[in-house]
Amino acid sequence: MTKFLLPLALFVLLAVVLGIGIRHSPDKGIIASPLLGKPAPAFALPNLTDPSREVRSADLKGHWYLFNVWGTWCGGCREEHEMLLQVRRAGVVPIIGLDWKDDDAQALSWLTQLGNPYQSVATDHSGRQAIEWGVYGAPETFLVNPQGIVVYKHVGALTPDTWTREILPRVSGMLTGSS
Amino acid sequence: MARCARAVLITACLALATARAAWGVDPTELPDPVLQARYLSLTHELRCMQCQNESLADSPVGLAADLRREVRDQLLAGKSDEQIREWMSARYGDFILFRPRYSLRNAWLWGAPVALLVIGALVCWRVVRTRTTLLPGDHEPLEEDGQSG
Repeated sequence: MTKFLLPLALFVLLAVVLGIGIRHSPDKGIIASPLLGKPAPAFALPNLTDPSREVRSADLKGHWYLFNVWGTWCGGCREEHEMLLQVRRAGVVPIIGLDWKDDDAQALSWLTQLGNPYQSVATDHSGRQAIEWGVYGAPETFLVNPQGIVVYKHVGALTPDTWTREILPRVSGMLTGSS
Repeated sequence: MARCARAVLITACLALATARAAWGVDPTELPDPVLQARYLSLTHELRCMQCQNESLADSPVGLAADLRREVRDQLLAGKSDEQIREWMSARYGDFILFRPRYSLRNAWLWGAPVALLVIGALVCWRVVRTRTTLLPGDHEPLEEDGQSG
């Protein structure tokens, strides 16, 4: 009896370990951000629509905001644009854009043609700011709380589902006083 | 004819392969050979986050180039290899390190081979010991085998 019990136990153990491995493996290439629960990177960057002012993280303290990394070269960004416009219309949380490794003129015409969902758009020609946020592919969206802590990150085009399930509850939970 | 075509094809493939090696993805050269060596080893052990099975050194995508530039700038600024690894994993997580670090979370990763070796040794020892005690009884069948064979 024990002759079979030991291999069986080993098999179950191995199956459990591998099962955990499969469940925790990067889902569709999505990697958990080490930024979650940590302060959002500080920035003071050129403003795409208003060259006279910078977009500064210091000015955003005390408010919830979405930090959306995009570029006119990015297909998923076009896909999620309508959703971003809806978020803007909902008026619950402002979106700060980071125009990542993009051409200013193209970005401006994109916003004119498709509509501008952003409160302000910072430009990141060198890609340095995106690295600070651990961005590895646009679009990526971060939710930052009034204390300046990153509480949620979404990789890929923003969907109505992500908005209602992940972002809205976090923001409105804060509004009603609970965490 | 077919052999000739195959030879041409193989030659072409080999030529392309060496051409790629000669060109490389990354033309960066640092002024100091020691820094250059550290640069090469770091870019080979950091993952390109965009095309996840390539290292920074091997990847032609834009983000890899940006991260290589970071490595170069930080080396020139006098940062240590460990500081650079730390900087990278603070932004992209331990996933960016091809060579996993020792931590409580991945202790099993480092411990598993040792544990498996010990288990294997125990199994071996048990099997050998049972076989050894059986030997006197095995004597006759063994002789039979010899006769029939």
